[in-house]
Amino acid sequence: LFRLTVKRVFSTSHSSVDSEEMKKFQRLAHKWWDEEGEYSALHSMNDIRVPFIRDTLLSMTSDCHLGSPLSGVKILDVGCGGGLLSEPLGRLGASVTGIDPLEDNIRTADQHKSFDPVLAKRIQYKSSSLEEIVEESMETFDVIVASEVVEHVADLEMFIKCCSQVLKPEGSLFITTINKTQLSYVLGIVVAEKIMGIVPDGTHEWEKFVPPEELERLLESNGFSVKAVNGMLYNPLSGSWSWMESTSVNYAVHAVKLGPQGQSSPTEALSEMESGQPSATAGPGM
Amino acid sequence: TSAAMAGACGRGLLAPLGGRLRAGPRAPLRSVAAAAPLYDVVVSGGGMVGSAMAAALGYDIHFRGKKIALLEAGPRKEYDHMPRSYSNRVSSISPGSATLLSSFGAWDHVCSLRLKPFRRMQVWDACSEAMIVFEKDDLDDMGYIVENDVIMSALTKQLDAVADRVEVFYGSRAVGYTWPLPSPSCDTSPWVQIELADGRKLQTKLLVGADGHNSVVRKEAEIKNIEHRYDQSAVVATLHLSEATDNNVAWQRFLPTGPIALFLLSDTASSLVWSTSHEHASELLAMDEESFVDSVNSAFWSNINHSDFIDTAGAMFRSAISLLKPSGTAVRQLPPSVAKVDPESRAMFPLGMGHATEYVQHRVALIGDAAHRVHPLAGQGVNLGFGDIACLAHHLSAAAFNGSDLGSLKHLLKFETERQRHNVSLIAATDVLKRLYSTRLAPLVLLRTWGLQATNALPPVKVRILLYREG
Repeated sequence: LFRLTVKRVFSTSHSSVDSEEMKKFQRLAHKWWDEEGEYSALHSMNDIRVPFIRDTLLSMTSDCHLGSPLSGVKILDVGCGGGLLSEPLGRLGASVTGIDPLEDNIRTADQHKSFDPVLAKRIQYKSSSLEEIVEESMETFDVIVASEVVEHVADLEMFIKCCSQVLKPEGSLFITTINKTQLSYVLGIVVAEKIMGIVPDGTHEWEKFVPPEELERLLESNGFSVKAVNGMLYNPLSGSWSWMESTSVNYAVHAVKLGPQGQSSPTEALSEMESGQPSATAGPGM
Repeated sequence: TSAAMAGACGRGLLAPLGGRLRAGPRAPLRSVAAAAPLYDVVVSGGGMVGSAMAAALGYDIHFRGKKIALLEAGPRKEYDHMPRSYSNRVSSISPGSATLLSSFGAWDHVCSLRLKPFRRMQVWDACSEAMIVFEKDDLDDMGYIVENDVIMSALTKQLDAVADRVEVFYGSRAVGYTWPLPSPSCDTSPWVQIELADGRKLQTKLLVGADGHNSVVRKEAEIKNIEHRYDQSAVVATLHLSEATDNNVAWQRFLPTGPIALFLLSDTASSLVWSTSHEHASELLAMDEESFVDSVNSAFWSNINHSDFIDTAGAMFRSAISLLKPSGTAVRQLPPSVAKVDPESRAMFPLGMGHATEYVQHRVALIGDAAHRVHPLAGQGVNLGFGDIACLAHHLSAAAFNGSDLGSLKHLLKFETERQRHNVSLIAATDVLKRLYSTRLAPLVLLRTWGLQATNALPPVKVRILLYREG
């Protein structure tokens, strides 16, 4: 399918948001929290993406807050939908800001968190695109999660640039998305949407799937250092996700925004300062 | 349309949760519910199992910062010091249960009070010479005889130490439960509402029913229970032996009317659990102390139920085994003889068996006797409950560390599957044993005689029964 996407000037709204994509999700705005409904696969994805985010962040710090492992961490959940990922991160102690261009999604998310006073305080939702919050949120967040989002954005490079702007130096970016391969067409579109109804029909367009090589290239040329790329596999019979070697269908990425001297972690900065040499991981796009 | 069909088919494959989400029409409006304090977990029932569940969560590292409540209908009991005399309610604690109790520091307290380990268990038939001896290869402790009051004292002490995390409500009977709707809605609360007898209300993300075999939680959740009343009652008493013994053996003899078991509490005191018909139980309670002691001794020593036929058949089988497997017959030890019974220590309670068809529903989990009730002949009752706790606490801890909604069926179903797999076979086997041993009919006696002898002679089988009981 040939699709026209309108490219607008950087600072105005909606430039990475695709209005056709928004229409698809509008229909299902109130279905997010039905664990057995249309979004059941996203619910069960929490079983691997939450530990992935949690353990990666825990390994990068020596702080220990038992019972609240992500306490003190400011997270931006881009394309938060109904808050399926924001809530577990909030329960683990993080301060979460969830943004989604669709107002109905935000309404559902707000409504769902409102019954839990702890979550109601820790999570803030806002109906907005990423570009719209850039100006007021420069280098504000420790972590950005963009899970099952980049395959829906109109301009991926723009999206990544905005992520970089709102992320603190040495902050982490977590992305989960779908590869663009024959296998992902067969499994991700034909089987998942048309045959088994794991994902509502028409949710994804294969043209917009992002191969990990391209994602890595865009990240590295926009001030990020890619730390991990892991394949993910969904088992429709058990309804559960697992990690796998191959990234040919679903995959997850962890990238770190390089600091002012091109370092991606405090210890690297220290060693650079001592040796007077720039770190080997400095990206060309700095 | 094909999409709708695909949707239905896909969900069909994906949904083991199908019938578990109750359509309860009684979920309250938001405004009413908003005032009641919200807990992460409420345990209903402050007995050994409920208290241990609350303690297990209270000490769990991933539950720091969570709010836990324990509801107990009775008053708070003080256990400052143990009375000199032994209580007539004791439990046989398996090593697995001891491990659970030590995971939150309660076992140390039990050890500092009083308990008696046993290393060997002799089980034999009244109708034949057949006998089986249970013991571990390394002569380790097989189990511990502990008074229930001692366990409660230890649990209460450990709960007091985490009072900032676990709120215990004494004298608080829950009179009503209101269940959330299966799918989220704007007006109604997603939590379980609990109303106490004094009008106070609580809300919780997960309700754990540990309220015994007549569980109100189970009934209100409309979970079907398969139950059967045995035509038996158990008589318990505290006995004093004729002479001090340094044995660490537990004794159980299967009489046609039911098994009689003796567990040592100290060198001279022991606890009796005698399962027998209701009439006989009432007689035992009514008779004077001397006659009672005579009945007990007779039950352990008399050979009145032997028949020549069975004795001969049994002896033949035994010599056959000793030819094939020289070490396959065990030395029979003589049970101790009883001198007197503690006054006021005789009591009886009816026996039954029960098993809940489901252990969990959305935001509800059953543990202990609320989920399963078993005949005391296997000495397993409370150990099954402690096993439930170890399993449920493990899954809840993982769920908390994943930031999951604690009441979600996803991890609750994992607990149910693991425990049902373990419990059902043991409960069924106990029931079969109970029925098999309730007869004098020669063929069945022969069957169980040979079975017992064969089991005793075959190490792998004997060891396996042992390991199974430990769970």
